[in-house]
Amino acid sequence: MSPASVFVCLSLTLLSDYPVIRVKPDNSGVVTDGVKHSMNPFCEIAVEEAVKLKEKKFIKEVVAVSCGPTQVTETIRTALAMGCDRGIHVEVSGKDYEAMGPLQIAKIFAALAKKEEASLVILGKQAIDDDCNQTGQMTAALLDWPQGTFASEVTIDGEKVKVVREIDGGLETIKISMPAVLTADLRLNTPRYATLPNIMKAKKKKIANMKPADLGVDMVSRVEVLRVDEPPTRLAGVKVETVDDLVAKLKANGTI
Amino acid sequence: YSVTKSSLECPFLLCIRALKTVQAEHAPPQHYTWRRNCSSAVMPRITSHYTIFPRDKDPRWEGVEMERFADEADVVIVGGGPAGLSAAIRLKQLAKEQEKELRVCLVEKASQIGAHTLSGACLEPSALNELFPDWKERGAPLNTPVTEDLFSILTEKYRIPVPMLPGLPMNNHGNYIVRLGHFVHWLGEQAEELGVEIYPGYAAAEVLFHEDGSVKGIATNDVGIAKDGSPKDVFERGMELHAKVTLFGEGCHGHLAKQLYRQFNLRENCEPQTYAIGLKELWVIDEKKWRPGRVEHSVGWPLNRNTYGGSFLYHLNEGEPLVALGFVVGLDYTNPYLSPFREFQRWKHHPFVAKTLEGGDRIAYGARALNEGGYQCLPKVTFPGGMLIGCSPGFMNVPKIKGTHTAMKSGMLAAEAIFPKVTAEDPASKTAGLHIPEYEDNLKKSWIWKELYAVRNIRPSFHNYFGLYGGMVYTGVFYWILRGKEPWTLKHAGLDSAQLKPAKECTPIEYPKPDGKLSFDLLSSVALSGTNHEGDQPPHLTLKDDSIPVANNLAIYDGPEQRFCPAGVYEYVPLETGEGMRLQINAQNCVHCKTCDIKDPSQNINWVVPEGSGGPAYNGL
Repeated sequence: MSPASVFVCLSLTLLSDYPVIRVKPDNSGVVTDGVKHSMNPFCEIAVEEAVKLKEKKFIKEVVAVSCGPTQVTETIRTALAMGCDRGIHVEVSGKDYEAMGPLQIAKIFAALAKKEEASLVILGKQAIDDDCNQTGQMTAALLDWPQGTFASEVTIDGEKVKVVREIDGGLETIKISMPAVLTADLRLNTPRYATLPNIMKAKKKKIANMKPADLGVDMVSRVEVLRVDEPPTRLAGVKVETVDDLVAKLKANGTI
Repeated sequence: YSVTKSSLECPFLLCIRALKTVQAEHAPPQHYTWRRNCSSAVMPRITSHYTIFPRDKDPRWEGVEMERFADEADVVIVGGGPAGLSAAIRLKQLAKEQEKELRVCLVEKASQIGAHTLSGACLEPSALNELFPDWKERGAPLNTPVTEDLFSILTEKYRIPVPMLPGLPMNNHGNYIVRLGHFVHWLGEQAEELGVEIYPGYAAAEVLFHEDGSVKGIATNDVGIAKDGSPKDVFERGMELHAKVTLFGEGCHGHLAKQLYRQFNLRENCEPQTYAIGLKELWVIDEKKWRPGRVEHSVGWPLNRNTYGGSFLYHLNEGEPLVALGFVVGLDYTNPYLSPFREFQRWKHHPFVAKTLEGGDRIAYGARALNEGGYQCLPKVTFPGGMLIGCSPGFMNVPKIKGTHTAMKSGMLAAEAIFPKVTAEDPASKTAGLHIPEYEDNLKKSWIWKELYAVRNIRPSFHNYFGLYGGMVYTGVFYWILRGKEPWTLKHAGLDSAQLKPAKECTPIEYPKPDGKLSFDLLSSVALSGTNHEGDQPPHLTLKDDSIPVANNLAIYDGPEQRFCPAGVYEYVPLETGEGMRLQINAQNCVHCKTCDIKDPSQNINWVVPEGSGGPAYNGL
């Protein structure tokens, strides 16, 4: 029996690689106004994998889900343009959005996956703005489903999924039964471009709107951000002439 | 490919052949050493873009599907800047008033509207008042009315204040200091509310033509081409957008506009456009030094009297003590050793400027070319199937250093001329793409024309022995007193790219090292622009001939592109074989300023648009 629907869970992130990130003057966070936001690169890979699985006819329907303020609908549209069938936007804004962390998101995704009877939930392995690498794992735990994280290859084999995982020691191949949660790593695939004709067509695809309360999820965070600081500026190195000087300096600053 | 020395061929003969090729093209006879020429023959290929190497002759592209999806709109607008957005908004406003349906599509190469926008800027709200009389209620980000206007002539250590009399073009009473990127973003929101289809992240890469030669629309960029020009797995063709009329609002020195000038001979009765480069930074300064609403301009040091240019420093009033400051250098400068970026960094050390910046933090950087030609350089702006709006043809009022209000007005006038034609039952046009000369007539009757005519002689008046001072005297006499009514029209100096003197006739300029507090090096500045491009794509700074940079630019002018590029795109590096140099193009650094296309003395560099959403990520610049 081929799995019915696959959920791809998307994250909207600050493109932290290239634009300039500034810490707010009151050290409570980073300035996000006006900074370019777009789909998390690992989530793009997740979308691509889901769409590929649909093209190979392993699954019937791909649903793109994201939590956040109105901006997030654009990210969902991009996923729809890449080939997802429909989208779900869970509206979280204002103070709730600022406090939103992996646990709250995982609760929302778990509730949705249960409600929509998904067979596979695919996420990016981590978001590039907070680098938490927690949402996928928490979602699997809340659902009590098996998880295949850091996937660099995914093959569906009947009722099971074979996942090749990238781990510190090399590659690990596991077989897990569905329903399952997968998180996408860099080498899983190369995401396709969302071309303009597809973006235009995606405007006609449905994006359902709901709130966390509709899913019975409370957004209270148990984590409080105390302070955000810029990394300390690198100090210039000190050059010494001889090894004796080096030893003397190391002794002087207490290193040895 | 690379032209390699065959071990069987006599190196001497190879050198002669290489020298002959160079001579035939552009370089005047020079004293080349034989050895230098031999090594320039072992040049790695730089350009791989399909505009130089067409794909229909390229075996790697055989069998690749090149069909494009096409869609129809009533009006397509290229460029989401003040002109493009104002035109889109005006069209939709008219459609609403007269209860007609109109499909307006706007494509913009930046990843979001406003990300490629850079300007001083002191906005004159005249055009905005016409477009949205209720702009304040709508939340337009005009938060800083100008309260003080200072003008100085700087010498190395001192400052000579010049009184800002009312009537002088630099007087800013009634204007607002804005962060133009935010203003353009706001315009984009207004346009979307009115139903304009805006597509950021998609660049218009090609102009499409009907069989009768009129403009049919544009095609967006292809994606998924590798750095060497071959197709990748993710290759996708761009999309065609057809329209009854296409508006081109690419800003200063647009790359499609360049093609259109040639195609329709639009520049036959005007002077070649002359430009300047503007570099800008945003600083958070010490609150004690902050004077919100203050506008400061200067001329003089560090430029000599024959190099046009000057500075601006505006104190914004948006919550934190932010100043926008920058430096403009006319691109008709003659010394190839001049570096506009380093002049800018040097200027910040002047006591009058340093005292404002001391203790502050730089948070943004960017650069863009701007028009200096004014009235004398206005081309024909309408042609079958399309029209040019905004800084692309160039409506900037140079002495006021303002072009936003005229750009917006030109967009609005274009919309008003187009609307009746595009909604008419029978457009009665001779060509498939509509030709609407009414736009040009409307421009000539509007305040844009009067304004540009009145200031037409100020910029060219700098071309005299006394340079800057001659120009200021001229402005004082003929503009302030006579308001530009003198019966003559002065000419500019000609093409900017032809103004450079050979390096051996000029003295290298000794620039001070950046101190890391007030002045900075180029690469850390480029990092602050947030610029990035997909790495695996053909460099979009294409060379018509890969051998010319070393043979001409480096040999005669000591490689001026390594100095005028504000992003460090061009570097002359030693060849791996040891002898001689080669040009390295770091296309990923490009901030889309267009200076290289303008100033290259060989006119060998052709800037084309990279994959959409690449480029700087300016936030309110």
